[in-house]
Amino acid sequence: MGLIQYLAGKIVTYLLVLFIGITITFLLPRWMPGDPIEGYLAQITTQAGQTLTPEAMEELRQTLAELYGLEGSLLSQYFGYLKRVFLTFDFGPSLASFPRPVSEFIATALPWTLGLLGTSTLLAGISGNLIGLLAGFFHNRGFATVLEVIGVVLYPIPYYILALVLILLFAYIWPVFPLSTTIRPGPLTLDKICTIIRNSVLPALTLILAGFGWNILGMKALAYSTKQEDFVAFARLKGVDPWTIMISYVSRNAILPQVTALALSMGGIFNGALLTEMLFSYPGLGLLMRTAIGGGDYNILYGTITMSIIAVATAALVIDLLYPLFDPRIRYR
Amino acid sequence: MKLNLRLKIGITILAVFTLSSVFLPFFTNVDPSEQGTYFRNIPMSWKHPLGTNSLGQDIFWFLIFAIRNSLLLGVAVSLCTVFISLIVGLSAGYIGGWFDRAVMLFTDSLIAIPTFPILIVLGTLVRGRTNFVILGLILVIFGWAWNARMVRSMALSIREREFISTARFSGASTLDIILKEVFPYVYAYMVVGFINSILFVINTEAALAIIGLSKVEIPTLGSIIFWALNYSAMFVGQYTWIVAPVVATVLLFLGLFLTSTGYNELFAARRGHS
Repeated sequence: MGLIQYLAGKIVTYLLVLFIGITITFLLPRWMPGDPIEGYLAQITTQAGQTLTPEAMEELRQTLAELYGLEGSLLSQYFGYLKRVFLTFDFGPSLASFPRPVSEFIATALPWTLGLLGTSTLLAGISGNLIGLLAGFFHNRGFATVLEVIGVVLYPIPYYILALVLILLFAYIWPVFPLSTTIRPGPLTLDKICTIIRNSVLPALTLILAGFGWNILGMKALAYSTKQEDFVAFARLKGVDPWTIMISYVSRNAILPQVTALALSMGGIFNGALLTEMLFSYPGLGLLMRTAIGGGDYNILYGTITMSIIAVATAALVIDLLYPLFDPRIRYR
Repeated sequence: MKLNLRLKIGITILAVFTLSSVFLPFFTNVDPSEQGTYFRNIPMSWKHPLGTNSLGQDIFWFLIFAIRNSLLLGVAVSLCTVFISLIVGLSAGYIGGWFDRAVMLFTDSLIAIPTFPILIVLGTLVRGRTNFVILGLILVIFGWAWNARMVRSMALSIREREFISTARFSGASTLDIILKEVFPYVYAYMVVGFINSILFVINTEAALAIIGLSKVEIPTLGSIIFWALNYSAMFVGQYTWIVAPVVATVLLFLGLFLTSTGYNELFAARRGHS
């Protein structure tokens, strides 16, 4: 398999993931019992106190159906939906704060999620793999067992538990960090950057700790099995010192499956980031979703989900496309 | 067969959790989800080992029922997902060709799609009318993909072995080969997959419950945290309400994880010797 075939295969998978994901989000509200438009109308009627005439109701229903893209047959709705999403990123107006477009809300929230997720994944990846490498390479030393136990204990703990424990410890018992995020809008000053960092520490720490166990255990197993290979034994007999063996012989080979696994786990990591944002009221996609759930704002909800699928699939694709940089076997074949 | 340390610790934890959550409920005739059964905010005592919460519920009994319900949901859903992933994985790996490629593209897409947002929409749409059966079905739909991938790669590696060819040449049908020759090999991996699936299910239900999108009236490890957060248990100083489910979840998950990796280790060792 050459480089071109590798890249083509990844891009086909990418497009398929987008297609399946977006088809699911298109079909979900249409399969479900209960019509979102009727639900919204009922909400308006209770708020307006029965003052709407039947004619006005009918007109409103028409307008909403048009806004939602619920006009015409299922197939034409579907193509209209695909066209709007892929060509213009148009998810319609928000229902709770009409007529601000959903894409505007997403554009404000997305950088927060990407920043938090990117930073914590990178930090967790570097430190976790380093610890895993040490634990796997020096597997018969005492400290390796300690490192492995840390990985084993951290690995199965879910995101929300980590978040709750961090909140309990560092926002309540020893209040060094804020309980939930408060960042005022305004120009980016040095003061504001400090506030952002202070507010991001606990959510980021949650994601880092969660990624830590996974990275440690994965890398430990890989480093251990790579160490048993013949070329490592040869290097050792040749008299290469252990640290060079660990860094240029073992780690360069052991990191490869970790990169592939990271691309596959992007979805799971993203799920955790959403929940973490909700628990910390961090102003990313997760909080946007939580607000949308509370206000019954289905347009924002569907827009956010479509955007999440695109973001996760793209992140996985980027990792897959970077993979040849790590693995010369794909580059030079 | 010598049990390793991980398996010992894991099974001990699981046994304590399973036995106490299955048998202890017979010793109480109070429904812990009923509100206002006791006075509110009673501190820890012999009668109420973890005190009562702001809703007048006994925290200890709520927790016991929560563990039971979460485990029950996890086991029921995981039995279904393991069954589906076995069928999908074995058929894809064994039949191969375009069938394998098509099925695996679909499976990989299902793995790559972030499921939590989709579950959030489903939860919002059926809010209030949801029950545990519907929730379980949804989790089955989104839970089988990872295991199917694992089974398939196992089946692929076994397909080329000699004993499979022997069986084929002696006239065994495809179904026979899958059931009698391939399945025994995949079995041990399915035990591990089954336990990991329980982790996934309990975790996902809890995540949905915490944001109020599960059936929060039923005690689960997630709904107990939902109520504690909603009534600001930390601020009113009701530590047991929030700390107890956190500790229980950590122990239970650790037990499940240690059992699954310990079993894997044990099986790998046994394979090496035979």
